[in-house]
Amino acid sequence: MHDLGGVQGFGPVDIEVDEPVFHHDWERRAFRVTIAAMMAGHLRGRFRHSIERMEPTWYLASPYYEHWLTAAATGLVEGGVISRAELDGELGAPYAIAQPVRAPRLTDPGESSTRHRYAIGDVVRVREWHPLGHTRAPRYVQGKRGTIVRLDGVFSLPDVEYHCDELRNEPTYSVRFDAADLWGESGDPVHVDLWESYLRKESR
Amino acid sequence: MTGDHHHELARTPVEERVDALESLLTRKGLFDAATVDTIVEYYEHAVGPMNGAKVVARAWIDADYRARLLADGTAAIAELGFGGPEGEHMVVVENTPQVHNVVVCTLCSCYPWPVLGLPPTWYKSPPYRSRMVREPRVVLAEMGCPIKSDVEIRVWDSSAEVRYLVLPVRPERAGALDEAALAELVTRDSMIGVARL
Repeated sequence: MHDLGGVQGFGPVDIEVDEPVFHHDWERRAFRVTIAAMMAGHLRGRFRHSIERMEPTWYLASPYYEHWLTAAATGLVEGGVISRAELDGELGAPYAIAQPVRAPRLTDPGESSTRHRYAIGDVVRVREWHPLGHTRAPRYVQGKRGTIVRLDGVFSLPDVEYHCDELRNEPTYSVRFDAADLWGESGDPVHVDLWESYLRKESR
Repeated sequence: MTGDHHHELARTPVEERVDALESLLTRKGLFDAATVDTIVEYYEHAVGPMNGAKVVARAWIDADYRARLLADGTAAIAELGFGGPEGEHMVVVENTPQVHNVVVCTLCSCYPWPVLGLPPTWYKSPPYRSRMVREPRVVLAEMGCPIKSDVEIRVWDSSAEVRYLVLPVRPERAGALDEAALAELVTRDSMIGVARL
């Protein structure tokens, strides 16, 4: 449910004037316990995908720091740092965590690369792929044509990092998409940051 | 401390889950609140849009700095002492009379912490994340930032490792203000791109 770009049906953006950083003490404590687990390395390769695996209605209806808390608890359980039974025991009731990982574990991370294959101005098309696991290729640009506008750094490919013991590093890009290509009508362009293996050279 | 009245009343389910995780980790020797309290304190009080505002004000008065900022945001922002998590790969996009930039994270909540602090709730909300890429002009107008039809809107979805800061247009009313006074004019929303100054 997290992949929200272009999803219809949501209303106005609700703005709170002079919003505090944390609204309640539990938000501050959820942030704190999650940061601690992150710093200890327990959530590496787990954090974002745990939030993504929250049941959709729960994800949409819950406050932001409940996502963090849930990802911290889920990641700590899946990393074997604590057990579900310990959590349930501590709470005195079943402790809600995210749904299990469905993507298979990868044994081969694939080949890393450090050289950008595409140049500014190249026309590319985003690979159409909707994996069971974690990805940073938003659904609204998959299969769409775009133009490279900026070459960015070489970073670990999250699709691999979240499902493999080893990393695969790849160049990243900012890709410009025309509204007509995304939505079928005129409008303003959108730029999306994408890893190289999400892209294919478009032969015009 | 409006949230604290719950301590005397019934705990809400999410509060109970925070309590349980914290106490379990503490009992197992895996959580020491004191060591992370300074980090929480830092993000709650020491970091915020006042940092980004200093970057913007410097760019307005110093053309060389502005050029460095647009060429390598991370390095130029570090010149003013700002950097760290969620700010390691900064790109600054410049508004002009013809171009208006706006930033969103459709997949989650990516935001440049060292220059803007932690993101506001609306930035992380489904309406903003879903609609800003689909109908930016409409959403901006609804948020009190109408953009003239002859101005191009560029939306930036921070879906990988880059974090964006918008460099707003220096307002006419800024006149000959000094750098510190200029920084006072710069708002958080103008650096996300949902307001003009």
